[in-house]
Amino acid sequence: MSNNQQSNHPKSNIWRDVRFWRFAGQFLAVFIAAIVVAILWGNLNRNLQQLGIQPGFSFLNSQAAFDIGETLISYAPSDTYSRALLVGFVNSLRVMVAGIILTTIVGITAGIARLSDNWLVRKLALVYVEIFRNTPLLLQLLFWYFAVFLTLPKVENPISLLGFIRLSQNGLELPWIQFSPEFSTLLIGITLYTGAFIAEIVRGGIQSVSRGQWEAAASLGLKPGLAMRLVIFPQALRVIIPPLTSQYLNLAKNSSLAVAIGYPDIYLVASTTFNQTGRAVEVMLLIMTIYLTISLIISLVMNLFNKSVQLKER
Amino acid sequence: MRKWCLVLLTTLPVLFSLVACGGPPSSNPATSRLDTVKSRGKLICGVSGELPGFSFVSSDGKYAGLDVDVCRAIASAIFDNPDAVEFRNLNAKERFTAVQTGEVDILSRNTSWTLSRDTSVGLEFAPVMFYDGQAIMVKKDSDIKSLADLKGKAICTQTGTTNEQNLGDQMRKLGIPYKPVVFEDINTTFATYAEGRCQGVTSDRSQLLSRRATLPQPQNHIILDAVLSKEPLAPAVANGDSKWFDVVKWSIYTLINAEELGINSKNIAQFANSKDPEVTRFLGKEGNLGEGLGLSNDFAVRIIKNVGNYGEIYDRYLGPKTPFNLPRGQNNLWTKGGLQYSPPFR
Repeated sequence: MSNNQQSNHPKSNIWRDVRFWRFAGQFLAVFIAAIVVAILWGNLNRNLQQLGIQPGFSFLNSQAAFDIGETLISYAPSDTYSRALLVGFVNSLRVMVAGIILTTIVGITAGIARLSDNWLVRKLALVYVEIFRNTPLLLQLLFWYFAVFLTLPKVENPISLLGFIRLSQNGLELPWIQFSPEFSTLLIGITLYTGAFIAEIVRGGIQSVSRGQWEAAASLGLKPGLAMRLVIFPQALRVIIPPLTSQYLNLAKNSSLAVAIGYPDIYLVASTTFNQTGRAVEVMLLIMTIYLTISLIISLVMNLFNKSVQLKER
Repeated sequence: MRKWCLVLLTTLPVLFSLVACGGPPSSNPATSRLDTVKSRGKLICGVSGELPGFSFVSSDGKYAGLDVDVCRAIASAIFDNPDAVEFRNLNAKERFTAVQTGEVDILSRNTSWTLSRDTSVGLEFAPVMFYDGQAIMVKKDSDIKSLADLKGKAICTQTGTTNEQNLGDQMRKLGIPYKPVVFEDINTTFATYAEGRCQGVTSDRSQLLSRRATLPQPQNHIILDAVLSKEPLAPAVANGDSKWFDVVKWSIYTLINAEELGINSKNIAQFANSKDPEVTRFLGKEGNLGEGLGLSNDFAVRIIKNVGNYGEIYDRYLGPKTPFNLPRGQNNLWTKGGLQYSPPFR
């Protein structure tokens, strides 16, 4: 009786309160994390001080003095490092945006082809998925670069397709635009690599829609193509979107492999900046922030899209 | 509940500030890297490892080259053992971080001595081991004879080097537009050039010579005469440790001074009984120059005995008997019209 009274008493022992322990656990976790960060930060500062280096971002305003092969916005070596990094950032965005659009098309096509009634189409899609999904991306990029683009004929005698597409070691030339071999390699590489994963996601999504939906669509008189477009695919999207987001994020981050084949993306430009200025910590923080921002924006957009395709529950 | 929430939250910043101040004080400046190396029993040396003549793994599986022998000389001075060295391969980009963080004791990796590397990168440069200059290599049948012919052409280069910036500077000065294609990996850079994606490839002249020897048909490539820049290649250590810096510096001067005095690995025994005070001091028979550096007094003998003098090292890796056959040029002694000069040992 007295025991019972005590536990109900508002001034009971704090140690026996489960709410306290929940709070204390979280507090402790945050505290330990903060200590680790503080120790690392202090260590970094001390070491930099010993070397006589003042951390800071003022180097971004000094002259870059190196040239960049491909620029979408105007740039000269006399511009600042921040301008050079912006050029790299735009180059990165260019390959990410083009890559996401193309890989979606490739992935969905291959995913649907995996379920085709046609034996040849089905097997071709299978071979594509298994080859591209099971070899390292870096290897694929070097393959596209050295075994495909650089073995094309020299600039003087390019291969002409349809009279206006010209392929040579200088890349892909259309009358109104030219793609360098580095850009083309990176775009093809990450598109096909990510496309293979997306194909599997799309196949899984479509197969998750119950057989009855096909039958219902058929009973309404819809042809298979229309049934897929109007009935099956919209429902499959609910399963497809979340893993698809991960693949888009992978594509965005994998674009940093551009450094292997010399495409001047943000990472390559940052590498040069870091080398010329010696600002390893600042430059790494900067590109981490940039990639994080890009990834979070992709996540945000995809989450909004995801919300719009999910079942509306009230 | 609100009350103890408050208590915990107020203790947080207090504890936090305690931790921030309570960290170990900045490491004792009295401990030099020399002591670290001595107690470790070996030297850790950052090299390229991919540049024949300077640092590469020879057919007998050992590191060899001009840059490598700098580290062997220092190891000889400290341990009397040229093999007490652990080599770390570093690429152009990671090399400075490796020195800053103390992962390597010394960076001996065909690194150009520049002001910004000396200051903002936080390095201390030892005497120049090799006076070099940047050049451009093109295909012989390409009709490119001068820099002006490279107008609008693609030029391959490597990131993490001074070459990228020099090329930009020179071409800007001459008003020649060009397309840089920049790679992180030196092998990719030269493979891409060999495939014909770039009409030219730029690097230090010594590196181009070294790399040309490894291309499929070396005779089909020529190096343009134009010199884009001065590239004094020197070993480097981290800032703020003058004791260690002195050891590195004077080990290199020993190589140069030995050549100047005509002492090499073969004839050093004959100098043991020399009456020349300059020689006896240098070899540690007289005086205590070595002690001042924190080494034994016969450190110069150890270096010459194990590694040889500067001229011997040069001939071993770059001289007439090697595929490079590089004339000494600026790398000759000052007494023979070159730039290699050692301050006096006294």
